[in-house]
Amino acid sequence: MKKKMLSLVLAGAMTAAVLTGCGSSASTTSDAATETAAETTEEAAGTEESADAEASAETSGGTFKIGGIGPLTGGAAVYGNAAMNGSQIAVDEINAAGGINGMTVELNFQDDELDAEKSVNAYNALKDWGAQVLDGCVTSACSIAVSDKTAQDQMFQITPSGSAVECVANDNAFRICFSDPNQGIASAQYIGENGLATKVAVIYDSSDVYSSGIYEKFVAEAANQPFEIVAAGAFTADNKTDFSVQLQQAKDAGADLVFLPIYYTEASLILTQAADMGFDVAFFGCDGLDGILNVENFDATLAEGVMLLTPFAADATDDLTVKFVSAYQEKYGETPNQFAADGYDTIYTIKAAAEKAGITADMSTEEICAALKAAMTEISVDGLTGEGITWDASGEPTKAPKAVVIKDGAYTAM
Amino acid sequence: MSFIAHLINGISLGSVYALIALGYTMVYGIAKMLNFAHGDVIMIGGYVVFVTVSSMGLNPLLAIVISMAVCTVLGVTIERVAYKPLRGASPLAVLITAIGVSYFLQNIALLVFGSDTKAFTNVVTLPNLELFDGQLVIKSVTIVTVVVSIIIMVGLTLFVKKTKIGRAMTAVSEDKGAAQLMGINVNGTIAVTFAIGSALAAIAGVLLCSAYPSLTPYTGSMPGIKAFVAAVFGGIGSIPGAFIGGILLGVIENLSKAYISSQLADAIVFGILIIVLLVKPTGLLGKKIQEKV
Repeated sequence: MKKKMLSLVLAGAMTAAVLTGCGSSASTTSDAATETAAETTEEAAGTEESADAEASAETSGGTFKIGGIGPLTGGAAVYGNAAMNGSQIAVDEINAAGGINGMTVELNFQDDELDAEKSVNAYNALKDWGAQVLDGCVTSACSIAVSDKTAQDQMFQITPSGSAVECVANDNAFRICFSDPNQGIASAQYIGENGLATKVAVIYDSSDVYSSGIYEKFVAEAANQPFEIVAAGAFTADNKTDFSVQLQQAKDAGADLVFLPIYYTEASLILTQAADMGFDVAFFGCDGLDGILNVENFDATLAEGVMLLTPFAADATDDLTVKFVSAYQEKYGETPNQFAADGYDTIYTIKAAAEKAGITADMSTEEICAALKAAMTEISVDGLTGEGITWDASGEPTKAPKAVVIKDGAYTAM
Repeated sequence: MSFIAHLINGISLGSVYALIALGYTMVYGIAKMLNFAHGDVIMIGGYVVFVTVSSMGLNPLLAIVISMAVCTVLGVTIERVAYKPLRGASPLAVLITAIGVSYFLQNIALLVFGSDTKAFTNVVTLPNLELFDGQLVIKSVTIVTVVVSIIIMVGLTLFVKKTKIGRAMTAVSEDKGAAQLMGINVNGTIAVTFAIGSALAAIAGVLLCSAYPSLTPYTGSMPGIKAFVAAVFGGIGSIPGAFIGGILLGVIENLSKAYISSQLADAIVFGILIIVLLVKPTGLLGKKIQEKV
């Protein structure tokens, strides 16, 4: 009897909580949001901006909610956290300068642990939170999984670094980074045009869409370049600790450069094993190699001289990069990588498109999506990862490729 | 020359499989159960060494001893909590429990250490052996792993054949009921088996992570499965069989990677397992045990 009473009381309490939640959530959230926004604004820019904060307080529920998804823990945590931090810096800057069309920007970044299924769960959580556009996902496979859902819901999606072709297959999806094929082509051209090697070996992950996508285009483009591919070794997700065979084949073939279109975790093992077997060769990778210097306990001297195709070098001297790098270092205590830059550019691209389209807070997610889609092809963004980045309706960006080399434990422009 | 290099790399990989397979086969041979959590005990052993050496700066040898102690306690605890209550249950129930324990350990490690890859510091600090002017490099960790596997294999064989407790193990493996009637403490004997198996897992963990220095909560699972295959290949329950099976598996895997296809290597390895089991169901060195009537 006692038990029954207790459960009745508990059930009653829960129902009450749920009902109260429904009735008042809208107003409390927006109040809280405006308060935080006002605080941030004041902290960041002093009294000068308080007029703007008041303005945003006047617009009822004047917040623009951006959801973000990426791996904050797990094997690719370096990417997710960098993209999140970079996005956050952009959001803080925008709010300090009066927001987007007077709306305060709110960013909610969820963890997907590099797992497509968890990514979809994260997306559902963001929808419940009220996200209006999506900044994500950070990795390709997750991005593809989520873009099917955003297409169904007609939510505007822009991935900072999801580089597989399929990431932008749906018309509501755009990206900041190069696609895999474009990275493969750009890498082959970069190696060829700068005369980095005459004999190239490739080690790639055949079970991964990112890696095999780059590999195929690299091979196709290599035919037009003054170097030959002498060895191509594949591995799979179940077999990614022992690279002795692939390295031995590259060594036997006399390769003077090994192209690694893979992620940094495996690359760190490859560098270690190459050093162990006395194979002294140059390594060239794509954006997946970015983060190799952050692997815990990894001997960074092994990465000395490794080159990677990346749109961002933290030591560049243009005003935008300098300002971003110092803000990032101040806030997070480390040098930003390209994912941070991609995240930063994503938010500013959303801002540019939203301003072009005249997005207001009372528009539905579908309306926002339709308006932003149209605006994307008309804007040009001067970001950290390129100047005058433009998009076409396919979702692909147009910008010039850049490469960096790891020197004295830091990424240095080539 | 490259053939020899591939062969040596295969032995290097195989010796790690052999070391893990010895633990598998030991537990299976005595307790007649597949301890699928073995690979994850290896992972825990690796983390213990990682924490003690890289974070606390202890001497690697001391760290290995600590890791063996931790794994022994862990192994005995797992046996006591998860397997002992199921002693009378069907083998299928025990198997499922073992898989459960495996996921449990992986998730605990995920919670405690996070899933970021840790670069493991090689504890074998001997210089590599370089032959033919550096044309052929044999890693010191390979030599150590092979030597350690041989020592453990011989040691275990002698232990099981010569000591009292070893003979008690054999008796338990043949007939638990009869062994108990003869005054053997069956539960104690099985606990000792798990203790030894888990201590071996700690050593395997250290050498696995030294050879392939990346440590994640899933580090133990794939080598664990491959080592299980190696144990079955060599004849599960047979101690020399586990060693031979492990080395052969590593060599086959590496040679098929090198000369057939690096993507089909696993398919070839498991294909060979199927053929061996079709031709010789008890594995290479497996004994044909007469079923009781």
